[in-house]
Amino acid sequence: MKKFTVVAAMATALLGSTSAFAAELEVTHWWTSAGEAAAIAEFAKVFEEETGNTWVDSALAGSGTGANPVIISRIIGGNPMGATQMNTGRDAEELIQAGLMRDLTDIVADLDIDSFYVDQSLLEPCRYEGGLYCLPINIHSWDWLWLSTAAYEKIGQPVPTNWNEYVASWPALQEADILPFALGSGWPINGIPGVLMAGIGGTDLVLQVNRDKSGDAVRGPEFRKVAEAMDQLRSVVSPETMVPSFGDAGNQLLTGEAAGNIHGDWLQGDLQIAGGVPGEDYECLPALGLGTQLTGGGDSFYFPVLPEGTDPAVIEAQEQLARILISPDAQLKFNLVKGSMPIRTDIDLSGANACMTKALGLLENGLLPSGDFSLSSDTQKQLEDLNLEFIADDNITVDDYVERYASIIEQAD
Amino acid sequence: MADVATQPGQGAETSTRPGFVQRLFLHNITAKVAALPMIATVLVIFVGCTAWTIYYSFTNSRLLPRNDFVGFDQYVRLFGTNRWNISITNLLMYGSMSLVLTLTLGFLLAVLMDQKIRFESAFRTIMLYPFALSFIVTGLVWQWIMNPTLGLQGTMRNLGWTGFTFDWISNPRMVLFALLIAGLWQGVGFCMVLMLAGLRGVDEEIWKAARVDGIPTWRTYISVVLPMMRGVLVTSVVIIGSGIVRLYDLVVALTNGGPGISSEVPAKYVYDYMFGGGNIGQGLAASTMMLVTVMIIMVPWAYLEFGGKGRR
Repeated sequence: MKKFTVVAAMATALLGSTSAFAAELEVTHWWTSAGEAAAIAEFAKVFEEETGNTWVDSALAGSGTGANPVIISRIIGGNPMGATQMNTGRDAEELIQAGLMRDLTDIVADLDIDSFYVDQSLLEPCRYEGGLYCLPINIHSWDWLWLSTAAYEKIGQPVPTNWNEYVASWPALQEADILPFALGSGWPINGIPGVLMAGIGGTDLVLQVNRDKSGDAVRGPEFRKVAEAMDQLRSVVSPETMVPSFGDAGNQLLTGEAAGNIHGDWLQGDLQIAGGVPGEDYECLPALGLGTQLTGGGDSFYFPVLPEGTDPAVIEAQEQLARILISPDAQLKFNLVKGSMPIRTDIDLSGANACMTKALGLLENGLLPSGDFSLSSDTQKQLEDLNLEFIADDNITVDDYVERYASIIEQAD
Repeated sequence: MADVATQPGQGAETSTRPGFVQRLFLHNITAKVAALPMIATVLVIFVGCTAWTIYYSFTNSRLLPRNDFVGFDQYVRLFGTNRWNISITNLLMYGSMSLVLTLTLGFLLAVLMDQKIRFESAFRTIMLYPFALSFIVTGLVWQWIMNPTLGLQGTMRNLGWTGFTFDWISNPRMVLFALLIAGLWQGVGFCMVLMLAGLRGVDEEIWKAARVDGIPTWRTYISVVLPMMRGVLVTSVVIIGSGIVRLYDLVVALTNGGPGISSEVPAKYVYDYMFGGGNIGQGLAASTMMLVTVMIIMVPWAYLEFGGKGRR
């Protein structure tokens, strides 16, 4: 709490005091890239304009692996922030169970959130013993195959319209010295099996593996196709061709150095900042052009329980922010900048680009639970290790991969 | 302690006599009071935290510590995990090579420095300079140098030597040597300075005596000077050894465990599962195993070094 007051006091000193009753609310998040920072600034703007309170911005570097531990240890250590962003899913599960997060049920009671949330499954991780402990504010999906128009112009072929056509084009790409698949080193590999699972394996497989945690489903014929697709990917990816980050992989697509990449929709932010136009410089295929549903997660806002003796104005500011985050106005402004899908579709989304429009169409079929969404961070970490090892080491057979994937899923809780 | 050492052999008798307790607490009381903060620190921070670590490694604690015991489950999972086993092998390989090479190169450089060369202090500064950089900086610098497309390999190829290959950092079989190069670059200078101090501590008379006996210089170094530097050698081994066991930041900056998981180390496993995976139980089980590894090395050594008081 001490730190919070210090930060708050410093912010006041810097910004000059606003009205006498205005409160400072510290908000932590890990949106540090250019597009992301612009998006969170939209929230801050609406919040400050509508309430007269001050938004104290605490951006933390390192996203899920760097910022998440800081946020969690601040809350556990009794130095909570006013509000924080985290991924929608199970990362904050134990904090909610330990009673460290505020129950928002009464605060949003009159908004009838059940009626406008585009998919009720988004709210599931927020609910615990009848209470509501977080508010999802956007939907992100991994399920995108990004293709380079320039690369396919070079080899004189039309841009593929689904995964199978894409795989069939690899030999021609390799002959022309174009990298078939661009990949950033480290965590970007982690989302790929899930995308293949939704696209190639289908809805049932995703539900059986991610929701029911069935090892038998992993050992079944449908998942085998997924593992074989991973094996195919492995044949065209090598440590020498990997680039440092997913943004670099995006650049390879724009220049035509590489032909394709599977990555989440946030890649589009980078593509657009680099001057790419959907449909002209790059194509996007949601659900690999095969499936009809997207797996989804996203970001949520949590409001930690503040210690006793906190200025009531700050507690009220928490409530005001909670309501603003899901209001139509803030939702629209935020998501158009962020490139994610809004959690409510009762707003005017004519500003959305071609890729986002495709995604909104698929959203109507309902969301599938992604790995991020339904597996604990421990299980996700184990799968990440397995995927990293599999991609880099050709000695691990498809059978080994399936078996190890199955045993991790079986042990998942 | 002082009172025990000055009256050897009396402990057993005094313990039965009345007044032992008073003597235990009141004898030389100022020294005991002065040592209290240190004793408290050792008990709470070292012993206490170690006990806490071991205790919770037997629970299934996730994000928050929980008293839900699961026996050896965390350890079973740990040793069933490929990544952990690779980490251990990597540490053993890197550790043995790093220890031997740092000591050898450090000693050789110190001997060269010891030849009363000109500009010695300038050379010493140059050699010691890498040690002033953190492992993170060291790792990043070497990452750029060894990057196949941007670094040495790319430069050589651009200069026209198209067959030049130096891709250790992206080659799973060679990546440990890439780590070793960076580790040695950082650590050898410090070892050299320690050794040089040891060499300078050797009495000039010994050298004169050796020369009179007609012993070649290299032989004097190996058979006479080196054994006399035992204290410095032990210090160097302990410092290098502790650096090896906690190897973490160099790996994070240089390879981040890649390619794949071929350059993972135990300390990184602990961090990743404790904070990235939110699994305290698993992280603590791994750190307990690290402690056990250190104990296996340290206990016999400490026994030889400090045990058997009669020898002294």
